[in-house]
Amino acid sequence: MSKNAPGKNKWTVAYTVFQYIVCILLTCLSLLPFIIMIVNATRSSAQIQAHAISFLPGTNFSANMKVLTTKTFHPLTGFFNSAIIAVSATFLSVYFSTMTAYSIVAYDWKFKKAFFALIMAVLMIPTQVSSIGFYQFMYKINMTNNFLALILPAIAAPATVFFMRQYMIPALPMSIVQSARIDGASEFRTFNQIVIPMCKPGMATQAIFTFVTQWNNLFMPMILLTEKDKWTMPMMVSQLSGDMYKTEYGAVYLGLLLTVLPIFVIYFILSKYIIAGVALGGVKE
Amino acid sequence: MSGSQKHLKGMSYAKYGYLFALPFILIFLFFTLYPTIYTMILGFTDAQGVGNTTSFLEEPFENFRRILTNNTFITSLKNTVILWMLNFIPQITLAMVLTAWFTARRITIKGQGFFKVLFYMPNIITAATIAILFNALFGYPNGPVNDFLVSTGLKESSVNFFVSKTGSQLIVAFIQFWIWYGNTMIVLISGVLGISPDIYEAADIDGANGLQIFFRITIPNLKTVLLYTLVTSLIGGLNMFDIPKLYLRGGPDNATKTVSVFIYDLAFTGKQQFARAAAASMLMFIIISLCSAFLFWLLRDKEAIALEKMKKQEMKEKRKGMSGL
Repeated sequence: MSKNAPGKNKWTVAYTVFQYIVCILLTCLSLLPFIIMIVNATRSSAQIQAHAISFLPGTNFSANMKVLTTKTFHPLTGFFNSAIIAVSATFLSVYFSTMTAYSIVAYDWKFKKAFFALIMAVLMIPTQVSSIGFYQFMYKINMTNNFLALILPAIAAPATVFFMRQYMIPALPMSIVQSARIDGASEFRTFNQIVIPMCKPGMATQAIFTFVTQWNNLFMPMILLTEKDKWTMPMMVSQLSGDMYKTEYGAVYLGLLLTVLPIFVIYFILSKYIIAGVALGGVKE
Repeated sequence: MSGSQKHLKGMSYAKYGYLFALPFILIFLFFTLYPTIYTMILGFTDAQGVGNTTSFLEEPFENFRRILTNNTFITSLKNTVILWMLNFIPQITLAMVLTAWFTARRITIKGQGFFKVLFYMPNIITAATIAILFNALFGYPNGPVNDFLVSTGLKESSVNFFVSKTGSQLIVAFIQFWIWYGNTMIVLISGVLGISPDIYEAADIDGANGLQIFFRITIPNLKTVLLYTLVTSLIGGLNMFDIPKLYLRGGPDNATKTVSVFIYDLAFTGKQQFARAAAASMLMFIIISLCSAFLFWLLRDKEAIALEKMKKQEMKEKRKGMSGL
């Protein structure tokens, strides 16, 4: 096991080089599809047809944009619809999940245990399995093509409640809540002005994940939204695989780029917190 | 003063527990529980299309029987399992290798933060976009992958990846692998970092080498995290929708049609067979519930054992106290 043995050293160096090669190859694997996408978004369809891989941007960005938006793909509509849904759902989900978690952590009530067991039980059940009943129900009460049908369900987010409960137990000393009570603050005010500020880091992590999940969601919007001016970004994307854009290679790449641009920006600003959040939560949607 | 003290000590705060949990409960009842029960009921009816009248079937389990004998459903169930295995086995293997490298204490890889950020990145990008991006990348005859194969001389002419059933399954599985391995790696790394460093120090003193430490210490201590990853991935795999739906719309010849895509197509295209789709959903619900129950059984077991141990110890101490008397 001596560290100075020459044979051992050579082996260690080779092993380290191998590790770096694998990591760099995986980095390329992560980046290449997006680099090709970004570069091709600026090239003409003829150029792409001749050679689909190029690392030199072309000059066809605005021409591609014109082709893209004169057909069925409307990036701004998709962007605004997705933003409305994702932002409101995130706000409601994080606020009410924190409130629900607080009800479990701070109060003793009769059905608390049963309630928490219910949250744990539905944690893993995806919304997809009840989608048929959900659609029929929404259809009957005239809520298809209504964003509220996509936004309101976010209030009951078991995974977020579970995370916030785990976060709150060590982060929120009950003595502070008690002293607020002595000072005469109402329970609701205590929650909004003391509990929420203390839980902000945990809420921020959950907000990022809820936003990304909502922004990327395809299944539910695809079922509920039939009017084209209500379509979300992922639904707009599905247009790009249709016959209408069959030979418009440059425009397709541009459309794809536009849909992921907000996510790229969020990711590269917040990647540190996102990675930490994944490590902390381990809860997949 | 005495009034407020009474208020502090008394049980009167319980009502706020209910009040704060109320929004969750109402929304859950309205948007989750009721639709689930409704789906269940629809499975026993002849619901089809929108606006038609529905009635219960004379033979209650007809939809379930038809779904279970439906060739496309069986194919989609098989596909789901195949696609999941083709993605999960390489995914967990690569994630384990990377975890071992990134948590090794003898050779530390520089730029770990950078690598983590890039390996995780595909997970956060819209799956719908990724599906169509890969459809463009594997395009025939002029997609980037074919450009690479022909330009480098690996192939003489372009390959049409879209007509091959196995090829399409492999590509869909690869996309899933590519999206998830970074996530699995980060979860596993956090699991390893949670293992007590004392155990590793003891192993070092005993002169264990890297491989021994990995297989004898890291893996056994990571059991819970590994099982968690396995079950969540399995449930996620059963719901696989965006990639297979948009990459080739379930084709070619249903080779990439998953259960979710099957349900969607049945209910929301063509004849809109809601009742059959509801029956298929319920079958999926049962499978997923069994998987979840299995996970909770595994995770709860440990806590229960620990609790029992504590109880036994308490009993022992009590007995000791008794004998002391």
